[in-house]
Amino acid sequence: MNKLVPAHNIGGYVPMIDGPEKVSGRAKYTADILQPGQLAGRIYRSPYSHAEIVEVDVSEALKLPGVMAIITGADCDKGFGVLPIARTEYPLARDKVRYRGEPVAAVAAVDDATAREALRRIKLTVRELPAYYTAKDALAPGAVQLHDKKPGNIERDVLFELGSTVQGFAEADLVREGTYNCAEVCQNQMEMHAAIAEYDALRERMTVHASTQVPYYVHLMLAQILGMEMSRIRVIKPHVGGGFGCRTETLNVELIAALLAREVNGTVRIVTNREETFITHRGRPETDIKLKIGMRKDGRITAVECECDQRGGAHSGYGVVTILYAGSMLYAIYDLHNVKYIGRRVLTNTPPCGAFRGHGTVDIRFAFEGLVDQMAAELGLDPFAVRRANLLQAPTFTDNDLMVNSYGLPECMDWVERESGWKKRKGKMPKGKGNLRKGLGMACSHYISGASKPVNWTGEPHATVKIKLDFDGSIVVLSGAADIGQGSTTILAQTVAEVLGLDLGRVRVVTGDSEVVPKDNGSYSSRVTFMVGNAALDAARNLKAVLTNAAARKLEARPEDIECLGEVYRAGRQDKGATFDEVVTEALKDSGTITVTGNYSTISESHGGKKYRGAAIGGTMGYSYSAQVVEVTVDEETGVVTVDKVWVAHDCGKALNRLTVEGQVQGSVWMGMGQAMSEEAAYHDGLMLTANMLDYRVPTIQDSPPIEVGIVESNDPHGPFGAKEAGEGSLAAFLPALTNAIADAIGIRFNDLPVTPDRVFEAIEKRRRKGNGSV
Amino acid sequence: MTRLLEFTLNGRDRADAVADNILLLDFLREQIGLTGTKTGCDGGECGACTVLIDNRPALSCLTLAATVAGKRVDTIESLGHDGQLSAVQRGFHEKLGSQCGYCTPGFIMASAGLLRKNPNPSEAEILEALGSNICRCTGYVKIIEAVKYAAALNAQGVSP
Repeated sequence: MNKLVPAHNIGGYVPMIDGPEKVSGRAKYTADILQPGQLAGRIYRSPYSHAEIVEVDVSEALKLPGVMAIITGADCDKGFGVLPIARTEYPLARDKVRYRGEPVAAVAAVDDATAREALRRIKLTVRELPAYYTAKDALAPGAVQLHDKKPGNIERDVLFELGSTVQGFAEADLVREGTYNCAEVCQNQMEMHAAIAEYDALRERMTVHASTQVPYYVHLMLAQILGMEMSRIRVIKPHVGGGFGCRTETLNVELIAALLAREVNGTVRIVTNREETFITHRGRPETDIKLKIGMRKDGRITAVECECDQRGGAHSGYGVVTILYAGSMLYAIYDLHNVKYIGRRVLTNTPPCGAFRGHGTVDIRFAFEGLVDQMAAELGLDPFAVRRANLLQAPTFTDNDLMVNSYGLPECMDWVERESGWKKRKGKMPKGKGNLRKGLGMACSHYISGASKPVNWTGEPHATVKIKLDFDGSIVVLSGAADIGQGSTTILAQTVAEVLGLDLGRVRVVTGDSEVVPKDNGSYSSRVTFMVGNAALDAARNLKAVLTNAAARKLEARPEDIECLGEVYRAGRQDKGATFDEVVTEALKDSGTITVTGNYSTISESHGGKKYRGAAIGGTMGYSYSAQVVEVTVDEETGVVTVDKVWVAHDCGKALNRLTVEGQVQGSVWMGMGQAMSEEAAYHDGLMLTANMLDYRVPTIQDSPPIEVGIVESNDPHGPFGAKEAGEGSLAAFLPALTNAIADAIGIRFNDLPVTPDRVFEAIEKRRRKGNGSV
Repeated sequence: MTRLLEFTLNGRDRADAVADNILLLDFLREQIGLTGTKTGCDGGECGACTVLIDNRPALSCLTLAATVAGKRVDTIESLGHDGQLSAVQRGFHEKLGSQCGYCTPGFIMASAGLLRKNPNPSEAEILEALGSNICRCTGYVKIIEAVKYAAALNAQGVSP
């Protein structure tokens, strides 16, 4: 059947192309891969927070029938870490343990019960050291160093001042300062960590199935830890049950599985439990912020001074990057000058923190939007007006050299202001029944569409996609981009189908096997749609050129006269043309199987600046923007806060798939709600008290509000079809929008997260005792 | 100790030798190889392992396999017929009630259990039926839409 119009999908509501597997139970996650003869791996973890290892005695465990191998830190002398400058972690601790839960030894056994019994027989002898569970304690003079090369337990300090804060504060009509504390939070993705490693001694080859966001990093670190050539390693990423950042770095579990597999010359599967997933989380660090803002009467911000301490945990992980993001991303949302930032990433005896959705930007945004709201109220300005007084004029570069080309924040604000009925309702919310008080709050946030410079700078294009077209007429997209549920595979199929004018069903996407697909820098910092999407666009255009040339030969016309209608190529309106299959057959005559390549490289203007050390962090090709209005009801008798509704508008440049954009934005807002209202990783002497989903309180369906999404399309000049990121930027604004709404409802401003009912109740009680409240 | 377990799994009678202490979840996944049912926690926290036992949603991680003797157990693999997705599966796919997909089998079985008992649930009844399932991706908004859509499909004759 010859269709005479090209098929379109971009901008539609397109269900994910791998959805049928997920809803039928056929999608295989790492733990679902069962192979005959595979051994069960288990990890022995440190019960100490900080100690020198004297001895790891595995002799009794080795005697247990069915135990095939036990490895310790003695078997792995090479460090790993996501940042080339901070590879100080070992798969299994050597010399020292630095947090409760740190892997010390690992067992491979015939079954899980045997492996567990073996763990019980391992004896760890240590000399305990003083342990530090807060940034303040770790920074105290005389504190024992966690790492030899990190005096004062500071992983990284950052200081910059751009402009003059002294002058800026002098120009202000109002200067206010606030202190803020955001609890540590965990990704708590639904799929627990798992890895399967298979070693073939005969060929010296290692195959690892890993639940990861970046198979390439796993590949690099396996080579480093195993001392193997990269060409002898194969990394396969099956379906991944969420990541939210914790899987953007290689984790111990993947490396340990590989070390065990080599030891037994076989296959080892490690599936961690939920408690282990919690106690080795790579979440958002506990953050203490001191923020000072100067503002003129008209709402214009004249100066910002920000101090930020992050409790980073026992190893660097992404820490250096996180503390830099927190500073650099003060910019690129409002027009700021005269900014001073002092950041400290502190090493503590708690699990290493890492990159969590909204990496580095969330807690700072919470403080900033809260203080701005408070100052607006003091100046008698509307919260929208004060933000409108500080808008950027895009295209522009910020003082720290971040490139802003498209800027849909004003439209985002307009949308939520209108849809929430803000003008009519703000300040006039009806009192609820009895002790119920209602309020409205708003806030804004932003995020990058991928870091412009990859962590591992190799000089290659930022992203590469291949397309294969063969005798069967099927279009196979080969990409290393890791779909972790965000829908990247669907976006790649959509992009290629759109360019070729074909139905989505024509396109298949193959990902996640290093033996087949091109390398990709991975699914983190919301880079895939922008970077890999652009590479897919390039590849699809290249393929279209090949097909157009073939059609021209077949139809005896000039290529520039060929019209591509998807299933038909023709030379002019009167021409019957050739079918897609006929064109493919013609094209194959030249070269046999066709493969085309598409690349994408970022432009140097987007690489951030050099005004301070680490100023490249924050540089991206395009920033997303978000505005939110949150409506709450506060029960003054119990302290329970109910979120009645959220209106969120997100500038994603262009919604390639409205269904998945909505899903990503709703998920971001909701994850922000968890951090704002209930989630907290709490410890007692380094032992996590919340290592399960009952104590680590994730909002249930009954706690969760309707979230209405407005899509703003600012059409970024560099984005694929104009698109920017949609999966992270809306998280941060929820937190301050909530506390701003609570302040509107009951007149109390919360600067510490999470805002739990007991905190609210306590604050209301405190006000009542002072006698200056209306309760 | 091991015993002979006779029960009906996904519409077929079977007899298996099972250890007294094996959980239904581990029996399904590790012994039979039906890995559609997911392990998401250390017991009773998340709902990812939800299956239907005699049409009622149950957590297979808190159920000993031996206790389903003589009963009917349905897992995610039982849904959909003749190459078509069931109403609930279509709802979760077409309305994006599933992102990473890991919690999805549990949500779908809990929803199927609801619709088999109550074909036209109110929103409050949907929230109650899914109150012990955790999803970390969607914020639940589209899950609620998915179940409502599934109920509408069910009313048109598509089995849940």
